[in-house]
Amino acid sequence: METAQLDRLLASRDAKRSIARLADIATGAEALVIDGKAEGALAIDAGLEAALQDALAREQSRLYEGEGRRVFIHVLTPPLRLAIVGAGHISQYLSSIAGEAGFDVTVIDPRTTYASAARFPRAKLSHDWPDVALEGFGPDRRSAVVTLSHDPKLDEPALAAALRSDAFYVGALGSRKTQAQRRERMKAQGFSESELNRIHGPVGLDIGALSPAEIAIAIIAQIIDVLRPKKKGVGVRAA
Amino acid sequence: MGDIVPNADDDVLGVARRWKDEGRGVALATVVTTWGSSPRPVGSQLAVDDKGNFVGSVSAGCVENAVVDAASQVIREGKPTLLNFGIADNQAWEVGLSCGGKIEIFVEKVG
Repeated sequence: METAQLDRLLASRDAKRSIARLADIATGAEALVIDGKAEGALAIDAGLEAALQDALAREQSRLYEGEGRRVFIHVLTPPLRLAIVGAGHISQYLSSIAGEAGFDVTVIDPRTTYASAARFPRAKLSHDWPDVALEGFGPDRRSAVVTLSHDPKLDEPALAAALRSDAFYVGALGSRKTQAQRRERMKAQGFSESELNRIHGPVGLDIGALSPAEIAIAIIAQIIDVLRPKKKGVGVRAA
Repeated sequence: MGDIVPNADDDVLGVARRWKDEGRGVALATVVTTWGSSPRPVGSQLAVDDKGNFVGSVSAGCVENAVVDAASQVIREGKPTLLNFGIADNQAWEVGLSCGGKIEIFVEKVG
């Protein structure tokens, strides 16, 4: 790998761009594909292009074999992150399950007895007010934000910050009635219908979840549902 | 399941770059195929310097020594190589890829 290419890759990674690096494993010939644009000496024919698009869509690195060559397609995606506002019981399960699913989890709650390392051994913790905490978190297009505090003082500043970000998923706990009341308050703050439509609430897929753990599963399932492009009616896609 | 967070691994590429800055010879090893119960997924990486220091992982510690040895040669000669480890491979068996998996590891020089 050329040092210049490594520099380009690291800079693109820091800028949270979509990156694939291609390397011919016989010759070492290489190319970088940044946000869909290829740079480098390695020729990309139709077969390799199709494999590249598939690898990018699945966010899965793979070895392409065709036309007498073997090219490794290394997909480097920015980390998936989840900010959870409110450090209650559901949050404990969601933090744990999202961690297993590969999310880098931050739990935000000014109440230090709730957002404690003992209750959240694997998450990052913030005790700032949610709008300040989310500014530090910096939601990007690989981030999800979920509010679970049940307290408008905590949840609404967080939702406002999330709606002003590129977060791919925004979810809010609360009944339909709570959602409707919040919607009116946030409209009064100047948020448009289409902006408010980004909020998934009541949060989670409708699987009849009752217990905190079940609700956490419904939420992570909905986050994955939004994250992964798929053909409707196909169900679980083949790996 | 422990801390299996694919994107939270050591910053192998960042370390490789810093080592280059320090004037070290550096090679990068990448898992390109896996079969069976391989311990680390495709795309896992290990950076190796010319003194045999390494960061990252391409297995659960089973084959790293062999990869570091191969990396030394790649750093000296500049030519990439492809390593195969599997249950039928004596060397891998000796160093303990005991899970029954097979992996191919691409080793290339940086710079």
